[in-house]
Amino acid sequence: MSRMIKRSEPADNEVILGILNGSKGILEEIYKAYFPMILQLVVMNNGNDDDAKDVFQESVIVLYDKIKKGDFVLNSKLKTFIYSVCRRLWLKRLSQKSRNTGNITDFEDVLTVEDDIERHEEKDRQFTMMESALGRLGEPCKTIIEDYYINNRSMQEICEKFGYTNADNAKNQKYKCLQRLKKLFFQV
Amino acid sequence: MDITEQIETYLLNEMSADEAAAFERLRASDPDLDQKVVLHEQFIKQMKDYGEHRKLISDMNAIHSSLDIESIKEDVMPFGLKVRTMWRKYRVNGAVAASVALMAVFTTLFSTGYFNKATSIRSDYNALRREWSRDINTKVKRSQNEILQNINATTKEPSAPSLFGGTGFALNTEGYVVTNYHVVKGADSVYIEDNDGNSFKTTTVYVHPSYDIAVLKVTDASFKLPKSLPYSFKKSGADLGLDVYTLGYPKDDITYTRGYLSSKSGYAGDTLAYQVDISVNGGNSGGPLLDSKGNVVGVVNAKQDRTDGASFAIKSAYLLEAIDAIPKDSLGRKVSVNTKNTLASLNRGEQIKKIGNYIYMVKVY
Repeated sequence: MSRMIKRSEPADNEVILGILNGSKGILEEIYKAYFPMILQLVVMNNGNDDDAKDVFQESVIVLYDKIKKGDFVLNSKLKTFIYSVCRRLWLKRLSQKSRNTGNITDFEDVLTVEDDIERHEEKDRQFTMMESALGRLGEPCKTIIEDYYINNRSMQEICEKFGYTNADNAKNQKYKCLQRLKKLFFQV
Repeated sequence: MDITEQIETYLLNEMSADEAAAFERLRASDPDLDQKVVLHEQFIKQMKDYGEHRKLISDMNAIHSSLDIESIKEDVMPFGLKVRTMWRKYRVNGAVAASVALMAVFTTLFSTGYFNKATSIRSDYNALRREWSRDINTKVKRSQNEILQNINATTKEPSAPSLFGGTGFALNTEGYVVTNYHVVKGADSVYIEDNDGNSFKTTTVYVHPSYDIAVLKVTDASFKLPKSLPYSFKKSGADLGLDVYTLGYPKDDITYTRGYLSSKSGYAGDTLAYQVDISVNGGNSGGPLLDSKGNVVGVVNAKQDRTDGASFAIKSAYLLEAIDAIPKDSLGRKVSVNTKNTLASLNRGEQIKKIGNYIYMVKVY
């Protein structure tokens, strides 16, 4: 049934180092090396291109989180890890859509990744909450907060961008915004 | 200064050593403050995580859109999968399209009368009853109305023109008339009209659809029963080449046509009928097919389209069989058939003159 996918894979150590260093090139390498495998898995099991994309991207996020947390121990090939995560995620989706009773055509070895996926789902919930809180925050608060905390802009830059007379004004505004964001976030 | 700002400055290590020490002391003595610091730290981290997460997704989307997904798919998929995915995707549409097509076909067939049981199912088999076309209908109606207005006469005949017509002929001296089943099929009422234009109401007393035979009985009191019939019915089969003729009403006047018996089987080998090379038209249906001695050898009922000289007549033997099969109790007594022939020695012209009085136009409403 399946054809083995032959494609040059980056060495696992390089990948881990690249992720820790925030290298952008390594993400592209991961994508090109492992996405075909996941496309095969999903499309051969009642999915389409977009399903494969979603599942694969989630698995990459799981991998990044795991590595950045610092407790990543390489006890299997990265490829197997990604495959296992995707497989688990896809099975979940299938059972949600009730298109499948839990059987899936496998193409690779499989690891147990329940814990990783649970943690990922918890994080995902928080991200959704954060997204909706930020969405309801409104402008200019949203941009100020994002610029300062997420994009690591300096207070001076933000002050200029929004035309505040001095950095203190901008700072005050930022604290007010942060206060509101916290409120919104914990309200939900 | 706001407490949040203090916490943030502390967490960013932007406090001077003294300030930091003072803050830490305060924090140690105030669990409320301590919790605020922890929560703030977590919240900021969550925000940062969220930012990274978003960046990662947008980076991946950029990479994804730079990939040629179709060609990767080609590489990865075994042959036949595409067909299967297509099938899965489009089978519902396919099923709907197919059922619509089937519906359309059957509706068309049904509405064009393809399923009507009668002989019309055989495409080039043309039952010879006469249909009045619409414009003739209106003309006839108009002229009838004129007659009504002009002479103010009363008539028992329905004022609407008949829809179908055929020919019938007397069976015996008791007012029984034979015609084709397809002429009277689905009729509301059936009238016969003699050569002089008098109409008489009849009832259909018996039909034999598979032999295409119908027997009518004249119920009109004004109908004069014939004293005797000039022709008889031939019980045995007729031979090929037999010279035959018929009288009928393909138009409003009685019409004579002649021909010869060309085959002992009818349409598509139908042994109920003869094939006769005779030119007959709509309205000839139910007319008697007579031999030169004035014996009825058959009942004209159809012709084959697109074939020259192929008309059909029900064999007289089957006519007699059908009449024999009329249940006695429905009529009180058996229907007799005329057996005396007074035409044998006469020439054709005289024969026709005598027979013509017993050939009727059958009008169906």
